[in-house]
Amino acid sequence: MDLFEYQAKQLFAEYGVPVPQGKVASTAAEARAIAEEFAASGKSRVVVKAQVKTGGRGKAGGVKVADDPEDAQAKAEQILGMDIKGHTVHRVLVEEASDIAEEYYFSFLLDRANRTFLSICSAEGGVEIEEVAVTNPDAVAKVAIDPLTGAPADVAAEIVRAGKLPEAAAQGATEIISKLWDAFAGKDATLVEVNPLILTADGRVIALDGKVTLDENAEFRQDLESLTFAEEGDPLEVAAKAKGLNYVKLDGEVGIIGNGAGLVMSTLDVVAYAGEGHGGVKPANFLDIGGGASAEVMANGLEIILGDQAVRSVFVNVFGGITACDSVANGIVQALELLESRGEDVSKPLVVRLDGNNAELGREILTERAHPAVRQVDTMDGAAAQAAELAAK
Amino acid sequence: MAIFLNKDSKVLVQGMTGSEGTKHTRRMLASGTRIVGGVNPRKAGQSVDFDGTQVPVFGSVAEGMEATGADTTVIFVPPKFCKGAVFEAVDAGIGLAVVITEGIPVHDTAAFWSHAQATGNKTRVIGPNCPGLITPGQSNAGIIPADITKPGRIGLVSKSGTLTYQMMYELRDIGFSTAVGIGGDPIIGTTHIDALRAFEADPDTDVIVMIGEIGGDAEERAAEFVKDHVTKPVVGYVAGFTAPEGKTMGHAGAIVSGSSGTAAAKKEALEAAGVKVGKTPSETAQLARELF
Repeated sequence: MDLFEYQAKQLFAEYGVPVPQGKVASTAAEARAIAEEFAASGKSRVVVKAQVKTGGRGKAGGVKVADDPEDAQAKAEQILGMDIKGHTVHRVLVEEASDIAEEYYFSFLLDRANRTFLSICSAEGGVEIEEVAVTNPDAVAKVAIDPLTGAPADVAAEIVRAGKLPEAAAQGATEIISKLWDAFAGKDATLVEVNPLILTADGRVIALDGKVTLDENAEFRQDLESLTFAEEGDPLEVAAKAKGLNYVKLDGEVGIIGNGAGLVMSTLDVVAYAGEGHGGVKPANFLDIGGGASAEVMANGLEIILGDQAVRSVFVNVFGGITACDSVANGIVQALELLESRGEDVSKPLVVRLDGNNAELGREILTERAHPAVRQVDTMDGAAAQAAELAAK
Repeated sequence: MAIFLNKDSKVLVQGMTGSEGTKHTRRMLASGTRIVGGVNPRKAGQSVDFDGTQVPVFGSVAEGMEATGADTTVIFVPPKFCKGAVFEAVDAGIGLAVVITEGIPVHDTAAFWSHAQATGNKTRVIGPNCPGLITPGQSNAGIIPADITKPGRIGLVSKSGTLTYQMMYELRDIGFSTAVGIGGDPIIGTTHIDALRAFEADPDTDVIVMIGEIGGDAEERAAEFVKDHVTKPVVGYVAGFTAPEGKTMGHAGAIVSGSSGTAAAKKEALEAAGVKVGKTPSETAQLARELF
């Protein structure tokens, strides 16, 4: 789960990492009020920053300096509602302007290849670090971090040296890096990025920006709920999440339900290939109902998918490993009855492929029930072709 | 022979007395696995009846190994306790720890992996968030259904559980030496490369099938390994061509970020290494079939 910049900075502050003073606003009037508070304490210059979970805000015009409260209101008006790479700006962070002497780059992240954590540090910050890594690889230091020892002062100092940060920033940066590790480990983050980490004209080191990704698997020991906004994301995804479904909305016409992440990903691909022969129809979603596949989960899944206006056919692809196909078949039958009893429209064609554990029994159940929407196909490729054909009609 | 697991493997189950642990211990026993004990400190000294087979419960992995000579442990404990369970298995020096549990925080996985390395790398860790491994006709450590296929000469390594089952089903008439599900988390113990190396050395394996998916660069690194070190024919499949950037597809590790981790890049790398890559699971199975 990605955090907004202002949430990341609140988290940094909690761990003692210096950040600029600032507050978040969702209207231009609120932005002005915050700027007025700063002005009252002698800081009339503020920065108004779009809060969106994507990069390139500056280039898109989502970060503007304002000279006084009135200007802050005007800038907030320009930024709020703006679209940045498909993300609508609902909030702006209004913070005191910083007097930047130098900009650096720092991050902690997951190093999948080496099965550990990594820190990246560079004296060339404020720009795309990937570009620096290509054009001037010597300027980007990568230091592996042992998860069991983390980044105490000596490790942090080594990172600062490797990143060739100047003497003036060394002590401040070392302290910040150790505190950022505490935040990274303490909050179960998979990414903590500060770009830029700055040296101010008066010699302080400050995190001027913050990007944090938290591990949703750690929900049992972290408070992720208070950091989540209900209105975020596609409405179908929000509804699916509320039902505990593993659902991702895509932009095609064939609804997909399957069991197991790999099989469902594969199902999307097979449908897309089949769609090439049927006017380019594509999968409408990813939905993994997991191992259990109870009638209730099936009903919830079908409800979400049939509620997607773009869906013209549905492909239910189940390989019964632990799950028995007869219980999946019963789940489908009960799900259809449940949806019909709720007055939902279940006339969109449902192509079902059952294989594996008790597949014969499962198929018999569906044959006996003979629901007009349901048709069975024996193979995954064949079923995908039929679902694509039906969606193209 | 097979890899990692055979008929002589003596298997402990950590979390055997929980609902998942009980269910799958019964299934493992039914498929011929030598289950020698469960581990639960609160139930040490008791035994559990599985359809007439009494399985003793030990207070720790070390006690279970001492009493039975166990060399493998299968871990079903809930995510919260998994780090502790793997540390315990590693500290006891067991040869193989298969972590089935899904939903473990990656900081915990990084910690137990680091611990396993720091203490001499005596324990092979498979998983977490994986279906385990099966050597058909000999032993089954995990949750892979044993009745899909029979012993044969294909070695299978896969990030995905259900695609493992699908592939075993497609090639059920040929059969498998060992099928290993390595899991789809961002950090995993045993990788494609580890399994490829073992299959290359295994006299009972003639053809290797590897299944990958989007996210990370494990498949690209596996391709490099195949080019340099594998002489047996390898057939591959990669899931997730249609996955959009920035959306996690079920597995915590299955995410395309920027240009890295795409299925197309993985397929290209594998093909450049001489691996035949199928477009669909069925086509992949057909490519493997043609080698027999």
